[in-house]
Amino acid sequence: MLVVNNLDTFYGKTQALWNVSLRVDEKEIISLVGANEAGKTTLLKSICGLIRPASGNVEFLGKRVDGLTPDCIVERGISLVPEGGKPFTEMTVRENLEMGAYPYKIWKERQARLEQVYHFFPYLKARERQLAKTLSGGERQMLAMGRSYMARPKLCMFDEPSYGLAPLMVKELFGSLVTMNEQGITILLVEQNIRHALEIADRAYLLENGRVILEGAPERFLQNGYVKKAYLGI
Amino acid sequence: MESARVIYRKPFSLGILFIGLIVLSTLPLYVQPYLVILLSFVLMYVIITLSWAIFSGPTRYISLASAAFFGIGVYISAILGELWPLPLVIAAGGLISFILALFIGLITLRLRGMYFIIFTFGVSELIRHSILWWEAKFTGTVGRWVIVVDHTTVYFVLLIIFIITLFAAYLIKRSKFGLALRSIGEQEEAAAHIGIGVTSLKTITFAISAFFMGATGAIMATRWTYIDPAIAFSPLFSFMPVLMAIFGGVGQLYGPIFGAAIFALLEEVLITKFPYYYMLLFGIILIAAILFLPNGLVGLVDKIRKRRQ
Repeated sequence: MLVVNNLDTFYGKTQALWNVSLRVDEKEIISLVGANEAGKTTLLKSICGLIRPASGNVEFLGKRVDGLTPDCIVERGISLVPEGGKPFTEMTVRENLEMGAYPYKIWKERQARLEQVYHFFPYLKARERQLAKTLSGGERQMLAMGRSYMARPKLCMFDEPSYGLAPLMVKELFGSLVTMNEQGITILLVEQNIRHALEIADRAYLLENGRVILEGAPERFLQNGYVKKAYLGI
Repeated sequence: MESARVIYRKPFSLGILFIGLIVLSTLPLYVQPYLVILLSFVLMYVIITLSWAIFSGPTRYISLASAAFFGIGVYISAILGELWPLPLVIAAGGLISFILALFIGLITLRLRGMYFIIFTFGVSELIRHSILWWEAKFTGTVGRWVIVVDHTTVYFVLLIIFIITLFAAYLIKRSKFGLALRSIGEQEEAAAHIGIGVTSLKTITFAISAFFMGATGAIMATRWTYIDPAIAFSPLFSFMPVLMAIFGGVGQLYGPIFGAAIFALLEEVLITKFPYYYMLLFGIILIAAILFLPNGLVGLVDKIRKRRQ
């Protein structure tokens, strides 16, 4: 579904991604793990058009999407839940969600989509008219997930959804993630919380210093001596 | 939930708006000419401020290019005034400003914050000096005469432009584009990756707001009979709308309208009563307003409303 080939991305003169290749198949949950500054966020931003890669290409559903503007990429069906959710804090919860359905073709269906989001997260319905800045970290994450869902994505990318959240909340969020996946949405998950990320993943990639150094089934990660030592602390 | 703040409310009822417009449109029948001229002056500032707020209000991109668009309108009026009928001249003033704003928008709207503010100011100064240079080099004059239109006509034209501006502002605010503009003001990157074409939306809105400024410039030119770049592109036309909008508050449409109206009237009163100290008094009032009304008149109204509940 999503194929990333030999991607190199720079910030000015600093190279952040080195020859990164990645494949996400339909209805999969793919986890992309790695430490801080490994290039995980950069990779997501390169895929969704916020940063232009210097070389390499990104294909989505058989068509190249690198070089397109972010709004075109969203219309193709890729959406991103950014780190911390980044809701529009001065808008109400409902307005935030409606903004998710901004792309032209989806705008008309926003009412139906809204009902679905409220079905997923009844919590958001209760706070429909509240300003997003009154929400807690976990609620913001939910709101951002809902906002992405509004855009009718085929592939949804999550940037560290567990960051800064209480363990109970993390569990709930990962639960919603799996529910989303069961609805037929493919998921690319970026996480530092390796244990959780591997638990729900079909396959995983390990990114270090801008390079993919390991890929495969979660079991392979759990058995790998280096991963155990460096990331799992066992 | 007690902390739940409901922010859906009617900004001002349609009835009051309607009565206000009827009073305004019949005013020249029963007041002195002086008042009509004064109200034209007020309307001019109201339109510029309101159209400034269409773009800069939700996006928080503070533009100091209003004088450029207003001035272009003034010059179009001076050039075409004798050749074309008035409505065409006004439309041309708006249209040329619209096109100019598209170009400026494409260049500058990639800048943010302080850089955007300074760039827009630079652009309007650049246009002023370019015209000055052109006039001195090729036409051999500094100023131009403008065909005179009687003050009642000026007043009605301004009133019509005001109504159209208000209507446009209302439509944009209520549509999904209004929400999108607000989301750009809050989190431009988040706005981009939920599928908003940020650059094109900003550019077009910027141009729409410039249209009304240009049209206003085209009609106001006829009030002055003589214009030159210093009059047409006076930096005051860039700064005043910002101050007026801040004074009024930009959250609601009535903010910039009343902010501009009160400021313009205040200026007139101060000029006539204290010709020597008026700028001094004006400055003091402005500082007081910013200190005590950080959210402008809109904020004050909100506060009173909350206290009543």
